[in-house]
Amino acid sequence: MEGRLARIGLRIWVGGVLAFLFVPIGIICFYAFNSSNVQSWPIRGLSVRWFSVAWHDPQVRAAFVLSLKAAVFATVLALLLGSAAAFGVHRFRFFGREAVSLLLVLPLSLPGIITGIALNSAFHFAGIGLSLLTIIIGHATFCIVVVYNNVLARLRRVSGSLYEASADLGAHGMFTFRTVTLPTLSTALISGALLAFALSFDEVIVTTFTAGAQNTLPLWIFGAIRLGQNLPEVNVVVVAVLLLTVVPVIIAARLTGGGGITRGSAGPSAR
Amino acid sequence: MTVTTVREGRPGAGRPSTGGSARVSAALWRRAWLRATLTLTPPLAWFLVIYLASLAVMLVTAFWTVNPFTNTLVHNWTLANFRQLFTGTYLTIIGRTVGMAAIVTVTDALLALPFAYYMARIASRRGRELLFTAVLLPLWASYIARVYAWIVILQKGGTLSWTFQKIGVGPVNIGYTNIAMWLVFSYIWLPFMIVPVYGALERIPDSLLEASGDLGARNWRTLRSVVLPLALPGVVAGSIFTFSLTLGDFITPLLVGGASSNFIGNVIYSNIGTAGNLPFAAALAVVPIVIMVFYLLGARALGAFESL
Amino acid sequence: MRICTRAGALLVAASAVVLVAGCGSSGSTSASTSGGGSATGGLAPPEASKPVPASVGKTEGKLNLIAWEGYAQPQWVKPFEQATGCQVSTKYGGSSSEMVSLMANGGGGQYDLVSASGDADLRLIYGGDVKPININLIPSWKDFHPFLQSPPFNTIGGKHYGVSLQFGPNVLLYSKPTFPSAPTSWSVLYSKKYAGQITVPNNPIQIADVALYLSKTQPSLGITDPYELTQAQFNAAVNLLKQQHPLIKKYWDLASQEISLFQSGTTVVGAAWPYQTNTLVAAGAKVADTIPAQGATGWADTWMLATNAPHPNCAYKWMQWATTPTVQAQQAVYFGETPANKLACPIMDSIQKGACAAYHANAPELYYQTIKFWKTPLAQCGNGKSDCVPFQQWVTAWTQVVG
Repeated sequence: MEGRLARIGLRIWVGGVLAFLFVPIGIICFYAFNSSNVQSWPIRGLSVRWFSVAWHDPQVRAAFVLSLKAAVFATVLALLLGSAAAFGVHRFRFFGREAVSLLLVLPLSLPGIITGIALNSAFHFAGIGLSLLTIIIGHATFCIVVVYNNVLARLRRVSGSLYEASADLGAHGMFTFRTVTLPTLSTALISGALLAFALSFDEVIVTTFTAGAQNTLPLWIFGAIRLGQNLPEVNVVVVAVLLLTVVPVIIAARLTGGGGITRGSAGPSAR
Repeated sequence: MTVTTVREGRPGAGRPSTGGSARVSAALWRRAWLRATLTLTPPLAWFLVIYLASLAVMLVTAFWTVNPFTNTLVHNWTLANFRQLFTGTYLTIIGRTVGMAAIVTVTDALLALPFAYYMARIASRRGRELLFTAVLLPLWASYIARVYAWIVILQKGGTLSWTFQKIGVGPVNIGYTNIAMWLVFSYIWLPFMIVPVYGALERIPDSLLEASGDLGARNWRTLRSVVLPLALPGVVAGSIFTFSLTLGDFITPLLVGGASSNFIGNVIYSNIGTAGNLPFAAALAVVPIVIMVFYLLGARALGAFESL
Repeated sequence: MRICTRAGALLVAASAVVLVAGCGSSGSTSASTSGGGSATGGLAPPEASKPVPASVGKTEGKLNLIAWEGYAQPQWVKPFEQATGCQVSTKYGGSSSEMVSLMANGGGGQYDLVSASGDADLRLIYGGDVKPININLIPSWKDFHPFLQSPPFNTIGGKHYGVSLQFGPNVLLYSKPTFPSAPTSWSVLYSKKYAGQITVPNNPIQIADVALYLSKTQPSLGITDPYELTQAQFNAAVNLLKQQHPLIKKYWDLASQEISLFQSGTTVVGAAWPYQTNTLVAAGAKVADTIPAQGATGWADTWMLATNAPHPNCAYKWMQWATTPTVQAQQAVYFGETPANKLACPIMDSIQKGACAAYHANAPELYYQTIKFWKTPLAQCGNGKSDCVPFQQWVTAWTQVVG
């Protein structure tokens, strides 16, 4: 339907946006090889010593491990609670349903600093010390929203007649859940989990207010940037994380963008 | 429409058990309210006890003051913090933040629409996956590091200035200005806008566009009358993110902003950190909450929640 | 369906209980404070009677510090970790108020030590967030300059709430190509000649720097102490800041920002800590710093022990370590400040020739008298009056200036 000129124009636009998205990332990768710890342009000299510095830095390792732990726990909580919420909102008509669906979107729609200081004040009031637990609580709160959205969107697209058919064939609730519902939701759950993991892993604003003396990786990065003593090490760490996550991101893209529901149909795609 | 979820070739799985799980399922089937309670209570409990209660605690402190010497809260109920909010300085800051959020939202919508259109309707399946990966990947490079990289690009004699000099435009020094902030904000939130817009555009059935063509509409007319209105919920969904994230962000103004770049986010942050005045920070935090609640209500009316 | 109302009522009740419990438990904090700034008047520090340990016990393997950027460099942290087994993690604070906030609730059971400056010390002591230490457990203390052994900002009623560390000035940082000879007056920061090329810290305490400048350039205002300002003196300082605002390129929050600004040539003059100068010079930038004729504000830092420190033995070990002559010399030369330990001077010269004299470690007392150290502006002026402008107003005025 689109003319040739339009296609060429769109291709150029896409190229431009991709360049816009990736030039800063290119800068990060480039400056990982900076010999000086001050980021000036043009770059004064190149060096690979920062890779070894980052590798041997115990603070980086500790921060990385903490980030992983927080992300894993937050994602698991989000999967359980988010899908439960999506089920509840989708299946049942109850008083306050509209309000609940608005409430469940709030943690991602309100700025992170508000969630952060709210949780911080609440923890201080309740006398709960800031620790990994409070970090997980903070992360899980907005990760639930991500999973909820994904699962709800998928539930809306799947026809209810599938469950009726399963019941007609003699399956009881649990069995239907195991063999019909879960498989249709599997890709939504996986992509929701990956998105939640990504959000939690890179989260800095809420974490600033819910972390105690510990550092997650983004907090470590913020501290390193404050100090300004080993900025190339920060770039090295970012590049390493990027390389580690290319594969999961491709999987997520495949599940959310490539496959999934084909245009116009209302049922699950044939794989 | 094919049913692919019933597993064939696994005889054992094809027969539901008649034992305990069957009885539980039957009990749950009869009592719908029990099912609803079991599914809804854990997440709602989390939200009420952890999230809403925290917000309430924070909002309560907005009515208190703080002992400036020791930074401890003083439980005198007062409206002083809110009164201070409505003075010139803070109104300017709020206006500046909302204005920037609006401009960034419009910029991102303009950048995202053609990109998402290409991704959804023109790209091959392979191309779509590649583009989707390309859009999601930057989210994994630390947000702070990406903002920091923009300092190198925009500073005096930085990458942008160097490039412009090479192509003959002349040096440009836009580091630490509001223009710099606009660029960085638009950059950081762009993936959050592309994804819902892509989702909305992808859902448009081919048949709709063909019908429009059949009725005599040329490409631009179809675009204007069919595609854009259907893409709108996606744009609004994406704008929830760009708007709210700009309203509360303090890192970008901190790192990239100039001398007149106080935003709601960094005034809140500095009131907690540099000034140790949590009550005033909480009072200021009410502003984005109120703005976003209205925005969400409007967005729901425009159908954006379907596209989240 | 009635299910939601049933469950909903339960949940609302639960959150109400949480709120009421929270309000009740924090009521105790208001008892120990009084309004405004009369906190020092007659009140004893809440933790004054806390017992101090007689000896340093077994180390806990970890240490959490709150410090200024540059105070916990690997150069002296790594040998400490190897010698004691205490793994050090540092959270950086950019301002005294930030450190006071982090130290809330006695460090929140998280932090052990804070390198507090004079304007944070009293707030921490009277807020009950730090507790007395046994100064006899710090052997280097007897080698301190006498005026830093028991200074009024960290020793109250004979009890030491920490051990003095280092002190230094807030300097005027300038680019050598723009200023072939060092500027002799702070007036360059207010000069239209350098419009758009000036940077100053984003901290309300900067008003004191302006007041100090005005005390010499407008003596009719009668400013004697830049932290004790009457409303008229305060307004004069704020007016000058407002005039300065269009000339400022950026108010820096993080030390690395100022480094970046000077490195790229975006700014040519600004208010800084010697830390920025040293880092820039080490990176090859053509900058230098100076203290102009009107004098300078500064900071005098103390390592203070948090009331709820989870690793007190490692904390004592750190205080012992940071006050040894070698570490004092290393930190002094690195950051650009003056050490408390007399014996650091020759070591400073061996690290960098002439460092001891450059940072006045050989004649510190006179130098010390010339610096106007940070202290919390209170309503009570030193002369018995109570009409000075308190810090809360400094914060509000500062937001108006910058915003």
